[in-house]
Amino acid sequence: MKLAAAILIDGVIDASWLFIVAVGLTLVFGVLNILNFAHGSLFAVGAYAAASAVGWYYGGDLGPPFLGYLLMLGAALAVALALGPLLERGVLRFFYRRDEVVLVLVTYALFLILEDATKLIWGVESYYASEPYGLLGNVSFFGLSYVGYDFALIGLAVAAGLLLWLGLNRTVTGKIVLAVIHDRDISRAMGVNVTRVFAFAFTLGVFLAALGGAFTAPKISVQPGIGITVILLSFAVVVIGGLGSVEGAAIAALFVGFARAAAIHLVPWAELFIVYLVMALVLAFRPEGLFQRTSARKI
Amino acid sequence: MAAVVGTFATALIAFVVLALAGFAAPNWLVLVATLAFSKGLVALGIVALMRGGLISFGQGTFYCAGAYAAGLAMRSLGIGDAAMLVVLGAIAGLILGVIIAPLLAGYRGIFFATLTLALSMIVYGILNKTYSLGGSDGLNLHAPGFFGYRPARSQDASYALFLFTSFVTVAAAALCRIHFDSVRGLLPLAARDNEIRLEYLGASVRWVNGINFVIAAVLAGIGGALSALSLGHIDPDFAFWTTSGEFVFLAILSGYVSVTAVFVAAILLELVRSFSSQYFPNTWQGALGVFLLLIILFLPGGLGSLALRLRPSGAKSAPVPAEKRE
Amino acid sequence: MTALLETIGLQKSFGAVVAANDISVVVQSGQKLGLIGNNGAGKTTFVNIVTGHLKPDAGRVMLDGENITGLPPRQVRRNGVSRSFQIPQLFISMTLEQNLLMALAILREEGLSSWRPARSDARMAELDDLLGRFRLRQYRGQTIAVLPGGVRKLVDIAMAVTHQPKLLLLDEPTSGVAVEEKFPLMDVIMQAIEGSGATVLFVEHDMDIVGRYADRVLAFYAGRIIADGEPAAVLSNEEVQRYVTGGAA
Repeated sequence: MKLAAAILIDGVIDASWLFIVAVGLTLVFGVLNILNFAHGSLFAVGAYAAASAVGWYYGGDLGPPFLGYLLMLGAALAVALALGPLLERGVLRFFYRRDEVVLVLVTYALFLILEDATKLIWGVESYYASEPYGLLGNVSFFGLSYVGYDFALIGLAVAAGLLLWLGLNRTVTGKIVLAVIHDRDISRAMGVNVTRVFAFAFTLGVFLAALGGAFTAPKISVQPGIGITVILLSFAVVVIGGLGSVEGAAIAALFVGFARAAAIHLVPWAELFIVYLVMALVLAFRPEGLFQRTSARKI
Repeated sequence: MAAVVGTFATALIAFVVLALAGFAAPNWLVLVATLAFSKGLVALGIVALMRGGLISFGQGTFYCAGAYAAGLAMRSLGIGDAAMLVVLGAIAGLILGVIIAPLLAGYRGIFFATLTLALSMIVYGILNKTYSLGGSDGLNLHAPGFFGYRPARSQDASYALFLFTSFVTVAAAALCRIHFDSVRGLLPLAARDNEIRLEYLGASVRWVNGINFVIAAVLAGIGGALSALSLGHIDPDFAFWTTSGEFVFLAILSGYVSVTAVFVAAILLELVRSFSSQYFPNTWQGALGVFLLLIILFLPGGLGSLALRLRPSGAKSAPVPAEKRE
Repeated sequence: MTALLETIGLQKSFGAVVAANDISVVVQSGQKLGLIGNNGAGKTTFVNIVTGHLKPDAGRVMLDGENITGLPPRQVRRNGVSRSFQIPQLFISMTLEQNLLMALAILREEGLSSWRPARSDARMAELDDLLGRFRLRQYRGQTIAVLPGGVRKLVDIAMAVTHQPKLLLLDEPTSGVAVEEKFPLMDVIMQAIEGSGATVLFVEHDMDIVGRYADRVLAFYAGRIIADGEPAAVLSNEEVQRYVTGGAA
């Protein structure tokens, strides 16, 4: 019973940061039709940036402790504003007209470059940003002790999801983004500045990745190599949920979160395998994921 | 028919040239070339897949399978003959390829790429924690024999392995060339452009991709076994994503027009790597990334397409990757 | 004469749109059938179902008495049913020659070779013959990407007539072709298949083409067949005039 509760709670906590990251990935796919391989590295950059900011802030004892959270948010935003436009306008847009295969290689190349860039900037040792982790005390569920921060993370994920949904469905900008998702050519013909929507959507995607990284940083040791795990997990979430679907990403994040938690408690060596097994099972029944996009007929 | 005979003749000449060159070359170059050829074989498999529009980011799975098959056969079964070990590597690749091909048959593009990557990382993860197979340290191998010949001096051993590897490489390259020019070999090029039309002409795209996948798996298994013998060591890194990524880089660098280009590129890469890892250990991946972008931008057909432009007669297979069409 | 093609009660819906509503058609060998109807009437859906691209929700497709319902397109092709496309479906990065070579090379009795070169003498002779019949020789070495629409249409149709299909379905063969080229194009097609005795079904919006080349016409509307008979009779049918041709034919 305790085990089941542990798996459930761990799963939801895991699902939180997974959702934040995956929803960024699925959004970029929906708008730009690119599955950004480098998304995992952007998570890593966010984590490193937050770790540095936190280290500087708490190390120098520069102010009230809870302001540290704002700093982490700021770090994620900084990463997004620095890298989003740079990558989209500076690299990706030269390849929009090319083969799908080429775009895969381009984002893979970006992944390689970013992985080494983080090594150059932050070195190869691990960073720890543990101060924010301890600020919210501990809670107890079913006799198991949990850190308050992890539950706040759930709150962050829910807030992010709601804001995103409201933004997409209730604001003018959001509806324009939705229009571009459905059909970029028609949107262009209707006067939408699709170029700006691309840049905006990509930057938002980077922000979400960096946000996930920034707020996960206090829980982990930030070191080289976290990027690849993140891309493999968020890819699974996006595929299970259905490409381009925000709701799908939420539900899929829960699936993957639970699967991972179960694996970690029961069969730790098969952690990644279990996640992809779940994906295979979902695809067997719903080949396009839980929330499928309608596709037009081809012939 | 004449073309087939011609390809074999070229292969024979190439082998003789390599044998002579290897004899005259310094030992370190022979070692580099041997390893380069083994990796080139894996890249050749990716080229076969690329002709059909698929890119596998996880050939490390089969590379690792081939290496471990050879390594375990040597340590646990006492098999010391290089040819036997390479055959076992090929069989390991074949079996895994045949099992996995149908699972991935419905996927293309980024899906296929990431699923193959995930597979290799799963294998990596499992091997890392399997202590009976050496865990993350892996296992060491001793030098192999060649049909009973066990060279005493290490220089002779290097040359013998080089000769053996060259033979396998040249044979594989010739067979691939012949296959690419055959009727079956044209199907992937068509599938890449228009799967629906290909099906309407009577061919099965699943079979086309499946066969290419198995070919790539076998080649990777052979490459893995050869690498294992060359390095004298096997470990889970054979399945790590960076290993697989390098094979992809090689395939893109060489392009899918010329088979020879793959091995030329492989040697270039090994030479650059031995230089770079001494002076710039932390930027190797990044450098590959930058080069990948440059190649895609300025030489999308790879090095092989350069050879196309130099030769007056046209190439036998289709030209560079297409622009996206509306 | 035994019916070459018989569809029995074909049903197909896409959500709320009924694309095929109890389509029952009998086609005898050797007939030249025109399929007419406004956009969305279900003509291409019919072709897609017969050739196996779509599975009907209900109903059967019989070819020479054999049930071919739900077989994938490649097997339907191997049974002798071939089609061309509304928008030419070609291998765009390959040359015109290579496109036709693909069509010629795949359906061989001895199966596909893994080592025999694609450009064998026998095949090149067949290729040359095909290029000649469709008057495509001057374009043979060019990549599809640079060829104009009319030529692409011809290539698409040329690929469909290889290997003597029993039944040839042409989806809007003259759409996108200049008015003065439509008759010459249809002449080329009909000539090219003359000797093979193929049965032809062609979807068309141009009533002049239908009148000139079809000996029987099926009119579609909202997924149903509303008229079936000789061209003159169908084209002067009141319902057909109201829903399809719009006014006196």
